[in-house]
Amino acid sequence: MELLHLPFIQNAICAGILAAIACGVMGSLVVVNRSVFMAGGIAHAAYGGVGVAFYFALPALPCIVAFSLFIAFIMAALTYKRRGRMDTIIGVLWAVGMALGIILVDLTPGYNVDLMSFLFGSILAVPHSDIHLMMALVGLIAFLVTCFYKDLLSVSYDREFSQVRGVKVVPLHFLLLGLVALAVVMTIRVVGLILVMALFTIAPYLVEKYAGSLAMMMVWSSILNIFFVLSGLFISCRFDLTSGATIILTAALFFIVFESGAWLLRKLSI
Amino acid sequence: MPSTKSSSTPVIELKDVSFSFDSAPVLKDVNLTILKGDFVAIIGPNGGGKTTLVKIVLGLLKPQKGLVRLLGNPPDKSSKRAGYMPQYATGEKDFPIRVLDVVLLGLMGVTSRWPFFQKEEKKKAEQALDLVGMLPSSQKRVNDLSGGQLQRTLLARALVSDPEILFLDEPMANIDIGGQTKLFDLLGKLNEKMTIVFVTHDVGLLSRHVKSVVCVNQTVFFHPSAQITPEMATMMMGETCPMELVAHGLPHRVLGRHQAPPSQDDHSQKDTE
Repeated sequence: MELLHLPFIQNAICAGILAAIACGVMGSLVVVNRSVFMAGGIAHAAYGGVGVAFYFALPALPCIVAFSLFIAFIMAALTYKRRGRMDTIIGVLWAVGMALGIILVDLTPGYNVDLMSFLFGSILAVPHSDIHLMMALVGLIAFLVTCFYKDLLSVSYDREFSQVRGVKVVPLHFLLLGLVALAVVMTIRVVGLILVMALFTIAPYLVEKYAGSLAMMMVWSSILNIFFVLSGLFISCRFDLTSGATIILTAALFFIVFESGAWLLRKLSI
Repeated sequence: MPSTKSSSTPVIELKDVSFSFDSAPVLKDVNLTILKGDFVAIIGPNGGGKTTLVKIVLGLLKPQKGLVRLLGNPPDKSSKRAGYMPQYATGEKDFPIRVLDVVLLGLMGVTSRWPFFQKEEKKKAEQALDLVGMLPSSQKRVNDLSGGQLQRTLLARALVSDPEILFLDEPMANIDIGGQTKLFDLLGKLNEKMTIVFVTHDVGLLSRHVKSVVCVNQTVFFHPSAQITPEMATMMMGETCPMELVAHGLPHRVLGRHQAPPSQDDHSQKDTE
């Protein structure tokens, strides 16, 4: 327990909770919109932002935020009409973003040890300055999702009907992808962009079948994510394991236990 | 009872409208005027362009050519004054939303910027649910509903904004015959206040409430009475007529006989209703 007094552990807990909330809220929207692949595309293309930050020696997090937003808006512009071809466009951006990141890092002189932390997360190395930026991002996500809750719900549930009702579906598509980009960037520090998808999908998927509303789905997904992050963090410290991967495996284990429990209950009640 | 069809205000106007998906033409040079207070059935073969026609009128699809007016305005301006019940679609069944909240979404476009719906809006939604007989299920999750219940919920969503014109795409799918009669009676009552346009591929489903028929098969033919003549059938459907003629002892019209006197008891029947 004296671990809790260490500043880097405190930072890790703060960062973990903030990322868990962002992923709980945005993951819910992504899951009900069936846009998990799109979130994956943004997460991986975000690596281009890492490359840009290294090459031009810019501060990492703001740079990845800007680059991810840029990729998200390109994706939004290319997908808002041709929804049928979305997966192909996402695949292209996914690959191009990562390739750009790798080339820029290659061109950067010197060996960058820190790079792996962006891929696989380094929650124990989150600097205090990043916590403030993360807080601002979570605040922004929560504010915008609250402001546009009815519109986001409407578009997610029935896009065509929303359009008939005069809801601005195209700007909302941009807003949704932009917010996904922000949540992805935040999570990079914690579990790494390779593993972002688990925090986006596991909790919302578990909650989706039981929540009475999208808002409750967001709340419960966030709570579950916090539980995954904190218990994963504890286990990783206790057994000296990679934190990002441990968090994901904790979530996956919970997922398996929960789903088989629910399956058993259904079988027994029939 | 005086006919509500006496008004001469057009609610839908299409002039020389053509629409194609990529290069496949769906609708060609469509001219159509529907007047206020009408109760229109849009019929035609599957793939003939019925749903496309409705989506063009609602502004969901933009025709490559021609002029579209809904309630006197371009559709993007006026579509929120219309009620729309889309074709029942499967999928997205796990969406975490309750029946009442689905109906509330019918108030988008007229609701405030406040993030959540207000008490009066919930009351309105409950009234709409009551109208379609779904009030007891208002707190149920949508994925616990049967197909027919979901249809009625979507009808309540279309009605909650007090629309001036109501569009229904295949409203009778998933509903048994007793339910269909009830639904038509409800629509007949609503028709006193609003124009009703519904799409069906089942010509057996022309109830006594229907006042006119639009046949759609790339071209569009407006027939100002609910009698379907064999000429219409041949002209619109050709050899590959996929119409289902269901005669189930209910006061529904089926295809008229050959050489049936045109509009024989059409008007007298309406007046006695």
